[in-house]
Amino acid sequence: MQEAMIRRAKELLADGTVNRVLGWQRGEFVYDVTPAVFASPDELDASFVYNDFCGANLSKYLVAESRKEGKVLAFLKPCDTYSLNQLTAEHRVVRENIYAIGLPCEGKADVEALKAAGAAGITGIADGGDTFTVHTLYGDQTVAKADALAERCANCKSKQCVTYDELLGENGAVQNSHRFDMVEQLENMTADERYAFWQGELSRCIRCNACRNACPACTCEKCVFDNPQSGIANTAPADSFEEKLFHIIRAFHVAGRCTDCGECSRVCPQHIPLHLLNRKFIKDINELYGPYQAGADVAARGPLTDFTFEDCEPSVVHERGVN
Amino acid sequence: MSVNETLIPKLGVVTDIRIDTPDVKTFRVNALGGGKVFEHIPGQCAMLSIPGVGEAMFSITSSPTNKDYMEFSIKKCGCLTDWLHQMEPGQQITIRGPYGNGFPVDTAFKGKNLLFIAGGIGLAPLRSVINYVRANRADYGTIDIVYGSRSKDDLVDYREILDEWCAEEGVNVHLTIDREQEGWDGHVGFVPNYVKELGFDTNKTAIICGPPIMIKFTLAGLVELGFDKTQVYTTMELKMKCGVGKCGRCNIGAKYVCKDGPVFRCDQLDEMPNEY
Amino acid sequence: MKSLLLKDMDRLLAALAENRTLYVPTDGAGGAEYRLYQPGTPLSEALNTNRSAKDFFFPQTENMMRFQMRGKEIRIEEPTRPDEDFVVFGVRACDARSFELLDKVFLSEPVDSYYQNRRAHGVIVTRCCGRPEETCFCTAFGIDPTAPGGDVSTWQDDQRLYLAANTPAGQALLNGVAHLLTDAPETAADDAKAKTRAALANLPIQNLPLDGFGEENLLAIFNDPRWAELSRACLGCGTCTFVCPTCQCYDIKDFDTGHGIQRFRCWDSCMYSEFTRCAHGNPRVSQVERFRQRFMHKLVYFPANNQGDFSCVGCGRCLQKCPVSLNIVKVIKALGGEKA
Repeated sequence: MQEAMIRRAKELLADGTVNRVLGWQRGEFVYDVTPAVFASPDELDASFVYNDFCGANLSKYLVAESRKEGKVLAFLKPCDTYSLNQLTAEHRVVRENIYAIGLPCEGKADVEALKAAGAAGITGIADGGDTFTVHTLYGDQTVAKADALAERCANCKSKQCVTYDELLGENGAVQNSHRFDMVEQLENMTADERYAFWQGELSRCIRCNACRNACPACTCEKCVFDNPQSGIANTAPADSFEEKLFHIIRAFHVAGRCTDCGECSRVCPQHIPLHLLNRKFIKDINELYGPYQAGADVAARGPLTDFTFEDCEPSVVHERGVN
Repeated sequence: MSVNETLIPKLGVVTDIRIDTPDVKTFRVNALGGGKVFEHIPGQCAMLSIPGVGEAMFSITSSPTNKDYMEFSIKKCGCLTDWLHQMEPGQQITIRGPYGNGFPVDTAFKGKNLLFIAGGIGLAPLRSVINYVRANRADYGTIDIVYGSRSKDDLVDYREILDEWCAEEGVNVHLTIDREQEGWDGHVGFVPNYVKELGFDTNKTAIICGPPIMIKFTLAGLVELGFDKTQVYTTMELKMKCGVGKCGRCNIGAKYVCKDGPVFRCDQLDEMPNEY
Repeated sequence: MKSLLLKDMDRLLAALAENRTLYVPTDGAGGAEYRLYQPGTPLSEALNTNRSAKDFFFPQTENMMRFQMRGKEIRIEEPTRPDEDFVVFGVRACDARSFELLDKVFLSEPVDSYYQNRRAHGVIVTRCCGRPEETCFCTAFGIDPTAPGGDVSTWQDDQRLYLAANTPAGQALLNGVAHLLTDAPETAADDAKAKTRAALANLPIQNLPLDGFGEENLLAIFNDPRWAELSRACLGCGTCTFVCPTCQCYDIKDFDTGHGIQRFRCWDSCMYSEFTRCAHGNPRVSQVERFRQRFMHKLVYFPANNQGDFSCVGCGRCLQKCPVSLNIVKVIKALGGEKA
């Protein structure tokens, strides 16, 4: 796939369709890839990479990149195309300045999952089809790819690219995923149990803002949490309530717009399952307003911003009970 | 190893508030039992705070030769300064310091002819030196003061300038405002240009303070007149939280403005990254 | 040197916890982290904790003082300082070295009394690394993980834990648990050390080109055009700063508790846009300047002010945690080396 991508990128650079390429750049190891912009065939040859660890969602970079001079080629995985659609619908990107190539995706690996499987001192990772052979300082180890998948990929919602100017390979299909299973488990807890769960998770938050800064739905020019005038701008929570407040406000702000790309949980250095907050909103919206997938259709009207007579009444929360 | 509780402030009380310009007030601060909260040297700063509103660094505008109180000339430009501007005498504030190196009044400035150049609220830190030098007149040579502001009404300490500085023999005051104004028959024009027009001799030590852009152009003007950068001093301002070089935000290169500054000789600035 | 059978490890920890508060690295939902010791809690076998050990001396949030406001009057209430003696067990050589670097900041004049107080109450027991990770590069900064430092150093083989005191505080700690320890020759841990050394020799990140970062190159490195490219993917989050054992920038904030104004300090990050914003503007306008500041500080400014010591211990946390895999190794490789 990597060779096909580089070949196509070079063609599009050469014929003037685009003047730069948004992709991933090789790092120190196999897995530490960095989103990067490539302006020439030489740069592509030197460090362009596409492998099982290219999990970063590139769509957010298009907010800035699509406002620059000329067209940018963006390689997008199915997840990333939902984000691009949502950003297009919200007028946060200039879609005409983007040449999107949709990529097929069978899920991306999470190096932390490999490490959790016991691979310490990783020096190389060989692709063995359904398995990874992990070379480490302490010997080789074989890990099934399924065991190394990121959570969001193990519970993949869709392998379908929903917006693209061209596809490399076959388009996939929307998946019948189990992504709401954990949300259901939480819903079935008592309020006290659920509080304890979130207390345990969110108390680890170090307020690094990685979730917010990586989130393709968080594109405010100035976040309320960065604005000294807001009275809630803090680099650390002043008390244990505040750290929950940050995540809950953020979840509310992206409700109905979150495509469930899972970047928030991927980037969290403290492994807080932040995606569960967003999935709870998505599940509630599906149940209250009918099935809706943010980003699936660029022309769709968001359920929380579109009034219809069929909308549920606010009292539904009361009817559903506090649990 | 002394444990200096430098982050824990002392209390002061605002005993007088003078309206200087539409957006500058000068606050007189005493210790609760009268007198000064601490001693300082000209050019040093202090952290003033209203708990719950904010804490910020301000230059001490009064001269250390004033033994009764400290003064701070503060421009209204943010949350804390808005609050300070609407408070009344008798209000207590917290104060900690003094911070920074201050001007070399007892070393490099000794015996020198001094040229002070200030723009707008930039007079605040220089006023401390000017009055210190006036109080120790025999230790210094000639004194020239070039001071400019947007308008006549924006000249800070205008009364003191007219009544004391202009009246003193051996002190030459050159005032200017940016645009023509009714009731103003003095010079009109920007400070950097005025300095060049005045064409000072290079046998002086110059001290500049004002907005960054004014400092840049004035320094260039002085160099054009033949001044060496080692003859020119300025004082800087960046965001500060601790005041003791530990919170990590006021550095320009390897120097911390709160601790290694705020006073720098202009040749030192050339060795520092252009990030201020 | 003393030794202990590994099967008695929990007895040792329980004995240490008898007289002082004991923190040990344990595995949790978020990865390894230091927690209050509970009898029976197994030590984490992870190489390092998710967050660094700096929290013990420079916590993320720390109350500094309180104010009572009554009309025009203010009352300052000085803080009650934590006066509990504590032991941190299992600190790696990189984190142990980070305390020395933090000391240079907080214990230089004027001494930071909050940090000093915590430092005075803490005893550090270090642990030789058994299986270094590919992200480790402490040796590049002259750190020897086989001599991990702290008040007490420990090594481990398949059977035993070996302990040696490095300071009077460490000796006192070992004296308190002497009944559990047996004497061992000074060479007892040599095999364990040799094993670690063999692993270190194979680490992929070694011999970083650090010689170009002298103060004499400050302006050249600062003005290097490659900062724009190096920082392009940076999200502007504070992950690298907050997981870093040597990052020590802080903010001071007030919080109205309803019963007074609490002034606290908390970690801050030079990666944040508000870090340097002040009334007349912001000297670091884009992420390029902020990114540059972080690495200039670690590689040029800090050494310039501290006899050449870099403000990095090679723990590898930024390599593991940056959401877009930017890190100090990439910066050093790009900008280090001989300068013209």
